[in-house]
Amino acid sequence: MAVSLNHTEGLTDNLFHYCPGCTHGIIHRLVAEALVELEVLDRTVGICPVGCAVFAYNYFNCDMIEAAHGRAPAVATGVKRVLPDRVVFTYQGDGDLAAIGTAEMVHVAARGEKITIIFVNNTVYGMTGGQMAPTTLVGQKTTTTPSGRDAGVAGFPVKVAEMLAPMEGAAYVSRVAVNSPKNIRLAKKAVLRAFRTQLKGLGLSLVEVLSTCPTNWGLSPPEALRWLKENMIPVYPLGEYKIPEGDT
Amino acid sequence: MARVLMKGNEAFGEGAIRAGCKYFFGYPITPQSELPHYLAKRLPEIGGLYLQAESELASINMVYGAAAAGARVMTSSSGPGISLMQEGISYIACAELPCVIINVMRGGPGLGNIAPSQSDYFQATKGGGHGDYHLPVLAPASVQEIMDLMGLAFDLADKYRNPVMVMGDGILGQVMEPVELNSATEVSLIPKPWATTGTAGRETRNIVNSLYMEPEELEKVNLRLQEKYRLMEKGEKRWEEYRVEDAVVVLAAFGMVARIAKSVVDRMRSAGIPAGLIRPITLYPFPDEPFLKVLRTTKTFVVVEMNAGQMVEDVRLVVGYRRPVHFYGRTGGMLTTVAEVEARVREIWEGLK
Repeated sequence: MAVSLNHTEGLTDNLFHYCPGCTHGIIHRLVAEALVELEVLDRTVGICPVGCAVFAYNYFNCDMIEAAHGRAPAVATGVKRVLPDRVVFTYQGDGDLAAIGTAEMVHVAARGEKITIIFVNNTVYGMTGGQMAPTTLVGQKTTTTPSGRDAGVAGFPVKVAEMLAPMEGAAYVSRVAVNSPKNIRLAKKAVLRAFRTQLKGLGLSLVEVLSTCPTNWGLSPPEALRWLKENMIPVYPLGEYKIPEGDT
Repeated sequence: MARVLMKGNEAFGEGAIRAGCKYFFGYPITPQSELPHYLAKRLPEIGGLYLQAESELASINMVYGAAAAGARVMTSSSGPGISLMQEGISYIACAELPCVIINVMRGGPGLGNIAPSQSDYFQATKGGGHGDYHLPVLAPASVQEIMDLMGLAFDLADKYRNPVMVMGDGILGQVMEPVELNSATEVSLIPKPWATTGTAGRETRNIVNSLYMEPEELEKVNLRLQEKYRLMEKGEKRWEEYRVEDAVVVLAAFGMVARIAKSVVDRMRSAGIPAGLIRPITLYPFPDEPFLKVLRTTKTFVVVEMNAGQMVEDVRLVVGYRRPVHFYGRTGGMLTTVAEVEARVREIWEGLK
């Protein structure tokens, strides 16, 4: 049988701590492969979030910084402004980026920081215990919306890709999902394009990745992938929301 | 030997540049505004960067990133903004990154006002953010001393891999005084092999972190940090003594208030009252030695501050109940006057007789 996947140099040998069926592992791999393929791994600095991916520094085989909740884009700004020829990315969940880190997220886009944000959206606070996130769907049950998110009480989902794409400093904004082999391939393309956008110095690049949380959704891994497809994608449509001018 | 007239706030900026600082991230707040104004003009001239953040939270975290990348970096603010930075300062302290933070204090609590105050003493010297940590805190008393201490601030930050705070009050920030520009320290940057600059040319990855899930592991980190603070306490206490040799009444004051206290000492001495002054230059580590040294001759201490009595606690920690420790202070941005302090010290002196 042919081996279609080999270990990527972009990841360390450490075993992931993620729950079975969680797609963080796939997303890590896509980012790591992109850094290797672009031959920038040894000049990359990654910024970890707070939440499930808090230990990402154990996995990405490059220099890493652990940031406070939501502040990764500000930390990335500091690194990139001091070391403009390095590749700088943040890896953030929806609680990290779209709640406490809203200001930092919006303002790196406003400034057109030449960094890449990998934004993992699974509509829930994972590590903290399945509470409502800004991205939780209306009607979705979480530990803090036990009867389902009521928009009249808890408001509506925050749509990050749609929100940042119109900003002048955002050069590349796309939303992908990792629920099927086809979508994973498209996600890889988007990640590569995001880093290329940074290498060209065009402005902020952000890839929103729709991800699963079987544990907190209370679903089996296959059910979670189905739930993502049937419930998340209609609310969070996939596609490239902004591509750099002349970059087709 | 260049001698220029300069505002305190500008001296923080020029002193930083002369200490090799090329990066400033900040957010505007009164009464420290001339500092970012100055650096916004000066830093580009030397190939550095001034960047205005969207908040104090962002600016301190930009400092965190820049420090992790190996730069000499600074931010500045005043009380309410420094409060917002405490999260970042705690992270920076645990991640052991060097940076300098300027606090030009205004009246508080809350939004308070923009008048000069010294009410952030506790916040600066007792941690401020969450967890067990300390920052070296320097308290210059003149524009010249700001210039002289900025080099030390950056050197201490690098030496201990720790954030360092330099505190002034609104008057020190606003006052203009002549400054010798050649008095800045020689810049000799120490290597930072731990910096996250990309692994190229290095065998191992560098990770900047403040997360230790195992209690045993985190306790080890805390013990190492505490060891570092003991080293600071051993080697970095700084202070000025003024006419204390035979002083029976010893005043203690820091920053601009110490200059008022100095005038009071002179006036008491002219009236035949043996007064003296101890001026802590480092608020952390707190200089206990000068207080212990004068215990033999001193009958009483008077701490003068522009707050409700914060440094008075550190003086009491040193002096204990061996001598009375009195306090005189004004709050809310009210400046103490020489006459007011003198009246209080005379009252205490009369009580001694």
